[in-house]
Amino acid sequence: MAQDTVGIVDKKYFHFAHPPDEMEFECGQRLGPLTLAYETYGELNRNRDNAVLILHALTGDSHAAGYYSGEDKPGWWENMIGPGKGIDTNKYFVICSNVIGGCMGSTGPSSTDPRTGKPYALSFPLITIGDMVQAQKHLIDSLGIERLLTVIGGSMGGMQALEWSVRFPEMIHSAIPVATATKHSAMAIAFNEVSRQAIMNDPNWNNGDYYHRSQPQHGQAVARMIGHVTYLSDIALHKKFDGPNNGATGREGGFFTEFPVSNYLRYQGQKFVHRFDANSLLYLTRATDSFNLAQRYGDGSLVQAFSRASCKYLVLSFSSDWLYPTSQSRAMVKAMKKNNIMVTFCEIDIDYGHDSFLVHNPKQAALVSGFLDQVHREDG
Amino acid sequence: MNTEKQTAASIRYDLRTIASWIKPGSRVLDLGCGSGELLCHLQQHKGIRATGIEIDEEKASQAILNGVNVIHGDIHEEIQDFPTASFDYVILSQTLQQVIRPAFLLHEMLRVGNKGVVSFPNFSYIANRLFFFFKGRAPISRDLPYEWFDTPNIRVIPLKDFHRFCHIFGFSILKYTAIISRGEEKGIRIRFMANLFATYGIYLLGRKT
Repeated sequence: MAQDTVGIVDKKYFHFAHPPDEMEFECGQRLGPLTLAYETYGELNRNRDNAVLILHALTGDSHAAGYYSGEDKPGWWENMIGPGKGIDTNKYFVICSNVIGGCMGSTGPSSTDPRTGKPYALSFPLITIGDMVQAQKHLIDSLGIERLLTVIGGSMGGMQALEWSVRFPEMIHSAIPVATATKHSAMAIAFNEVSRQAIMNDPNWNNGDYYHRSQPQHGQAVARMIGHVTYLSDIALHKKFDGPNNGATGREGGFFTEFPVSNYLRYQGQKFVHRFDANSLLYLTRATDSFNLAQRYGDGSLVQAFSRASCKYLVLSFSSDWLYPTSQSRAMVKAMKKNNIMVTFCEIDIDYGHDSFLVHNPKQAALVSGFLDQVHREDG
Repeated sequence: MNTEKQTAASIRYDLRTIASWIKPGSRVLDLGCGSGELLCHLQQHKGIRATGIEIDEEKASQAILNGVNVIHGDIHEEIQDFPTASFDYVILSQTLQQVIRPAFLLHEMLRVGNKGVVSFPNFSYIANRLFFFFKGRAPISRDLPYEWFDTPNIRVIPLKDFHRFCHIFGFSILKYTAIISRGEEKGIRIRFMANLFATYGIYLLGRKT
């Protein structure tokens, strides 16, 4: 095993909101008990001031770094988290929390409702980014951490980081929203709508009641294919797939022509069906679509919303990201500046589209590392 | 940015002059901060609260790595978002000669800051005059090293013209230093016929009351 990995890790489970103290969701519904899956790497120091909370994107999970015993695929942010890496586990106590409503070990629509003995399916509350953060707050409290050095995440993880910064400003020293927005653009919602329609129009979906029978695999795979394209960029696809005749192989003409990019997307779709729950995708995409920081915390004014924040921010965007374009990051930076909040912003020039925060990205690692050093020094 | 001594020794003479004007603990905005050399120096030696704006991604990232708060963007755009009187000083060092709307930018500087610091190469420096007089070509020097066709310096500014500019637009010159510096650590202050003998002018500006 390489030197710069956290090595073998375990998934942990945090159980909370036991009746009668159920968690109240933003929709007003109360639910409990709840479980949140999470992992930790590195050590919490004596002052308890070196904790970093990692927040994952739409279909991510708590397995951000290291390896599960017997597996050779590392966590999703292995190139950012580890000894000497962008988020240095020799210095920081790193926590990665899964989200409520997901299907990777936390309570979500595929979990069993103790009252009925059946999966919640569509009876699960319509969750929000705020609910995810509320649940994570319970986890952080249980770990005995009063203040997080930073909250960091890309995409939906960035939304959670932003939510943390205005919902619990006293609990965080800094926030690093990456490739994200304070609300979804109509285009982002449009793509999510197509994904949801693909699932909901699959005959197997059956109003969400498909557990213990045939899954809406076809719709779910199509949903993933659409999503996956939006995470890439024209140039990334061009570099990978464009050939003199588009790389077409197989039977001449007709609809069975095999293009490398179609094979790739079908493979991504199939892989996704086996690891993710279709209802969770519906719930999570809806949560991101309805995220609106200005409306929730500022009566429609983003400046007013950020007036609640008291942390330092590092905002990062990527030049080739068309799903969460730089203009959206600039809009939040603008609102932060109007509040005299200390904010650092950089648009990183990189070709990998929205997925740039997940790929090998030395500039991102360096900036995050430098920023964390700075805030840790100030905090210490 | 290693030890304090090294930083103090390595900073350019013109930047050192600017740094000497900044009061400890103040809030400073540096427009076109590059890799954050001046702000980093001020953070270490004067405990200021620093913000920089830099358009070049490489330099902006370097400044972030140097521990400075930086916004990657265009100074004309970015300055407009700051509330009035957000800073004690707003610095425009060696950038005025590249600014498209100087009067607008200086007004903005003195809106978001209580004081402005502006420095630029003096175009009417004697060597430039001689170059132009004897060669009949656009002056090229160590301070203005470009040909007319590749220069980023869209404006040529004699010190005298800058004084006129301040008068016309109502900026008051609170302090002013003319220096000869070769972009190195050493320089001398010019007190006599600065418009002829100085390579750089450094100004502390305020709003006319």
